[in-house]
Amino acid sequence: MEELIEFISNNLQIVYIIILAIFVGVELIKSIPAVLHTPLMSGANALSGVVIVGAILVMLHSDPTDYLALALGFVAVVLGILNVVGGFAVTNRMLEMFKKKK
Amino acid sequence: MSVTLSIIYLIATVTFIVGLKKLGHPDTAKSGNLIAASGMGLAIVGTIFIHDLEVPTIIYVLIGVAILVGSIIGWLIAIKVEMTKMPELVSLFNGFGGASAALIGIVEFGNADISATSASIVATILAAIIIGAITFSGSLMAYGKLNGSVKSVIKIPQYNIVNNIFIIGVVALAAYLVATGIDSSILLYALVAGGLVYGVLFVMPIGGADMPVVISLLNSLTGIAAAITGVLYDNMVMLVGGILVGSAGIILTIAMCVAMNRTLVSVIFGSFTATGGPESANKAMGSIKSTTASDTAIMMNYATNVIIVPGYGLAVAQAQHVIHELEELLTSKGVNVKYAVHPVAGRMPGHMNVLLAESNVEYDMLVEMDDINPQFNNTDVVLVVGANDVVNPAAHNDPSSPIYGMPILDVENAKHIVVNKRSMNVGYAGIDNELFYNAKTAMLFGDAKKVLTDLVSELKNM
Repeated sequence: MEELIEFISNNLQIVYIIILAIFVGVELIKSIPAVLHTPLMSGANALSGVVIVGAILVMLHSDPTDYLALALGFVAVVLGILNVVGGFAVTNRMLEMFKKKK
Repeated sequence: MSVTLSIIYLIATVTFIVGLKKLGHPDTAKSGNLIAASGMGLAIVGTIFIHDLEVPTIIYVLIGVAILVGSIIGWLIAIKVEMTKMPELVSLFNGFGGASAALIGIVEFGNADISATSASIVATILAAIIIGAITFSGSLMAYGKLNGSVKSVIKIPQYNIVNNIFIIGVVALAAYLVATGIDSSILLYALVAGGLVYGVLFVMPIGGADMPVVISLLNSLTGIAAAITGVLYDNMVMLVGGILVGSAGIILTIAMCVAMNRTLVSVIFGSFTATGGPESANKAMGSIKSTTASDTAIMMNYATNVIIVPGYGLAVAQAQHVIHELEELLTSKGVNVKYAVHPVAGRMPGHMNVLLAESNVEYDMLVEMDDINPQFNNTDVVLVVGANDVVNPAAHNDPSSPIYGMPILDVENAKHIVVNKRSMNVGYAGIDNELFYNAKTAMLFGDAKKVLTDLVSELKNM
């Protein structure tokens, strides 16, 4: 419990950001037509690939002789970028179909 | 962290918010996706090049190769995949994101001097590992269930209790590691394994019809895993991006539950239980009437109003293009044709709209449930193609049915109902449908594509 309070007071800024971001996320998604749920889910999925930034940081900080860390970091970057590129590309493909009717 | 990189992250974060906002409106959705994607690209490039670390060239090369390989594979999957496979694809990509978060956690655990690290940082690392592992194996499990390679829905008694005890055990082990600061790689791998096993256990008992809800939930979990890693690196773009996806994903999950009249708790803890076998139900409900393509064509030819109810069976048979042809043909004969699209038609909400858009169906011919339901009274013929649960009247009048209370398309109000199905098999929810035994209903058995092609050629000859 003490740890938790200490964590919150040390990271007050982060706690504020988290809470505000939760509200922004909720407001953004509220009242979206069902038509767009599938592209939205896939777009949001691409955004969660932001974890790639962490994977890159892991590799940048790795010691070039620490093969295990490098290998794991490498796989993490591949999987992260797969999530990002694949997610955005497929969302774009879906939305393209909606658009050409107009 | 350099000021430049901070500003880049700030810009990227804003593009995520603007992108998500624009994704919510049909006219701006495409630009929203592109905006968010370019922000992501900016954040990635910035992370690689803007820092004051001494990084050997070999590491840059490795990062470059990893990005190239991943991008090519991701791109190829995205342009090749069939639109019917969209739910599988989203869950697969999502699993990759989760795995990435777990791997980051594992490396950081190895790098850190655990006994000297503050408990809150160790807790953050372990949380990223557990949540990442759960989303990875859970998403792969969902993928397997959706494409049919994992068939069994295991329902052992007290499953939920076993499941809950398991996750409590995993969390307890993590808490032990945090509290004691033991730097044990064996315990770490036990934790990873625990997360992986729980992901499987979590998704295993959940029924097929509820799978989109689970995917959306797992998607939101990946966001949370990304945000946790963001806390670890004090990295704002990961933190805000992850939280946005996390909270948006939860709202989307709840919206889907509402569309199916299920609560999130019942999706996770109580899977659908089939009420009696289809055979016994058949006897109880009376007889069915079958019809032919030519009879149906005649009926449609002289109808004033026709409503088509497309379901996933249509997409499985790859009949989206033929149904568009049928609709154009009827329209040219002066018949008023519309599509009634249930919010959860297909395998995830909005999926049917994507599938029909792919075959060039006009946007304004797709009518949503609430708008079309009052129109069934004035409809001469309803053609149900490959849809089942979303037109099951049991949702209105059988309190014992597992789908009781789910909003459905009221096709039974129409004058004639023609249902195309391959066989009398039950739908995705695994329950029988009394609509098929309705006196106004005629069954048109056969593969959707073949039946529709027959209908089109019959109509052309009239």
